[in-house]
Amino acid sequence: MAQIKNRLTPFFENITFDREDNEMVLNFGPQHPSSHGQLRLMLHLQQEQIVKAHPDIGYLHRGMEKMAENMIYNEFMPTTDRMDYIASSANNYGFALAVEKLVGLEVPRRAKVIRMMILEINRLMSHLFWLATTALDIGAMTVFLYAFREREYLMDIMEGYCGARLTHSAIRIGGVPLDIQDTFISQLKDFLDKLPQNIKDYEDLLDTNRIWLMRMEEVGTVSTEMALSWACTGPMLRASGVAWDIRKEEPYELYDEVEFNVPYSDKGDNFARYRIYMQEMRESAKILYQCMDMYDECVKNNQTELMAHAPRYVSAPKLDIMTQNYSLMQHFVLVTQGMRPPVGEVYVATESPKGELGFYINSQGGPYPYRLKLRAPSFWHTGILTDLLPGHYIPDVVSIIGTTNIVFGEVDR
Amino acid sequence: MRAYKPKDNVQKKPYYTDRFHKVPHVAKEAVESDEVFAADLEAIKAKFEVLDAYIQVGQMVVFIKPQDNYAVLELLRDELEYTQLSEMSAIDFLAEKNSFEVFYQMLSMNKVKRIRIKMNIAKGDTVNSVEPLFRSADWAEREMYDMFGIEANGHPFMKRILMPYDWHDHPLLKTYPLQGDEAASWYEVDKIYGKEARDIIGPELRDTAQVDRYDSERFARLGFEVPKGTEITGNEPKVTQEYQEDGGVFLIKEFKRESSTIIDDPQR
Repeated sequence: MAQIKNRLTPFFENITFDREDNEMVLNFGPQHPSSHGQLRLMLHLQQEQIVKAHPDIGYLHRGMEKMAENMIYNEFMPTTDRMDYIASSANNYGFALAVEKLVGLEVPRRAKVIRMMILEINRLMSHLFWLATTALDIGAMTVFLYAFREREYLMDIMEGYCGARLTHSAIRIGGVPLDIQDTFISQLKDFLDKLPQNIKDYEDLLDTNRIWLMRMEEVGTVSTEMALSWACTGPMLRASGVAWDIRKEEPYELYDEVEFNVPYSDKGDNFARYRIYMQEMRESAKILYQCMDMYDECVKNNQTELMAHAPRYVSAPKLDIMTQNYSLMQHFVLVTQGMRPPVGEVYVATESPKGELGFYINSQGGPYPYRLKLRAPSFWHTGILTDLLPGHYIPDVVSIIGTTNIVFGEVDR
Repeated sequence: MRAYKPKDNVQKKPYYTDRFHKVPHVAKEAVESDEVFAADLEAIKAKFEVLDAYIQVGQMVVFIKPQDNYAVLELLRDELEYTQLSEMSAIDFLAEKNSFEVFYQMLSMNKVKRIRIKMNIAKGDTVNSVEPLFRSADWAEREMYDMFGIEANGHPFMKRILMPYDWHDHPLLKTYPLQGDEAASWYEVDKIYGKEARDIIGPELRDTAQVDRYDSERFARLGFEVPKGTEITGNEPKVTQEYQEDGGVFLIKEFKRESSTIIDDPQR
């Protein structure tokens, strides 16, 4: 069956470019393997140099904000997994924290420690995945295989905890659903003890690699002004000279009790971002060691609570539901009708592996959020390509997309 | 008689609300309770009319007049150190107040403070673009236009960003239906091949996990393979086929099911 061309509205792909200035338009994506998802870049080229870049997004748009308006709060949790699916617990956590701030829940200490461990494991998973895919895009197959091997260990630990490898839903509003499994600490310790050597292996392969340096050094330089203006956060901002880490500045959970450094650089190029990712993995490991000690303390002090005690918003523990009539009634109402947070609004930002992950919730007292805005860091890190790419050459495009660490689940939402 | 359904808000409604349910509110604190915010508010008040201001969950919320938005944000950026526009969007209050609420979420890294600037605009009104102040507003304003139909004056490229360019209506409006109609389900087919192709192509298969074991055109059962297009109702092979080329294949050992082992330890 022939496609009837004139039924399509005249659109970019139907326009022929017959210009005298020798400018060529190159469509990069949306199915390009190194565009890390469904990114379509329209690049205007003079020879090999880019003079204008126009990122086109929306190929993975699922309308999560709309979905949220028609779901009870707990129902929305698995949907947040599908935002940044490389570190899905970070999204779960951002949403849970926003709702907790809205209704004013105090999470038990043991749950906080477990959450922190899960968050840092997710950060490591995300950074390893970043390293693997970016190195692969630039041609370093070995690093890809090594980094994926390490990520696999972490995914096994997460699988042991929550049963899922990618879309965890491992965090609940008010705490965590489960205590960590018996092997969790020992597996994690095994992994962390090997991690410094692993990171050193990657660095040995990359730090002085000529191809890597050519694609990284002084390529994709983001100035401080540009990073601030484009609302860049996370490693993108820290590589551009602003030592801003929400874990440090606006500490949530127990991040004010652990010791870690915020790596930053004022170079702003791809290489600076690469160095920051590597350094952040070491800092995450440091936090995880401290978390394990904190968890031991919780066990010693017999702090067994995992969910906040707030009958209006959070179901009672399973034992109570099964033995006490009132707990069962509460649970039934919370599952069928959903919790009804107070009227008000809240914006809560957390430091996800990619940057500032914000949840803005406007509640009108109903069981569904009246408005929920997802502030995903990758959205702006994609937008900045408009200003960042012109002046660069085609081979640099891939490495710049790589180091911005964008994931299209959260760009398009 | 049909049950009455409001047209101005077609979103999902709670199916039951307790008659005695009393809706609580998140506490609003006075701006004076925080020194930094109080100073910021004074600076804004000195130049612009502030309709309302309070602190909620640790962040100051300031209501301003819509025509002041550019100047207020400029003041915040240049004099009050709110250097980042983290997020901006709108909320649809058309059913209740016949207006949109537009919010700008600002961040000051020096003061470690967050401010939310809000303003009410009537239906059909436009806002001044703040894109010259913050490049991040470029995409944020496009998204707001895409989702709510609120245009930003002076924006360099006021086009949809997430939805297709030829999309009808704006998805985050409360009047936007939750389910597509007949025309929506044939949208792509009509657009690309024309209405007359509907019969040939057939309705869209929405269950992507659907497997029809009797459909040998599109599916095959491992170990029970039949030639493509065979009618297999009732006469499919009953036993697993152990397939092996005659005389073997160079370098490949023959697979014997009985001598294979199953590894059940994922850690190995």
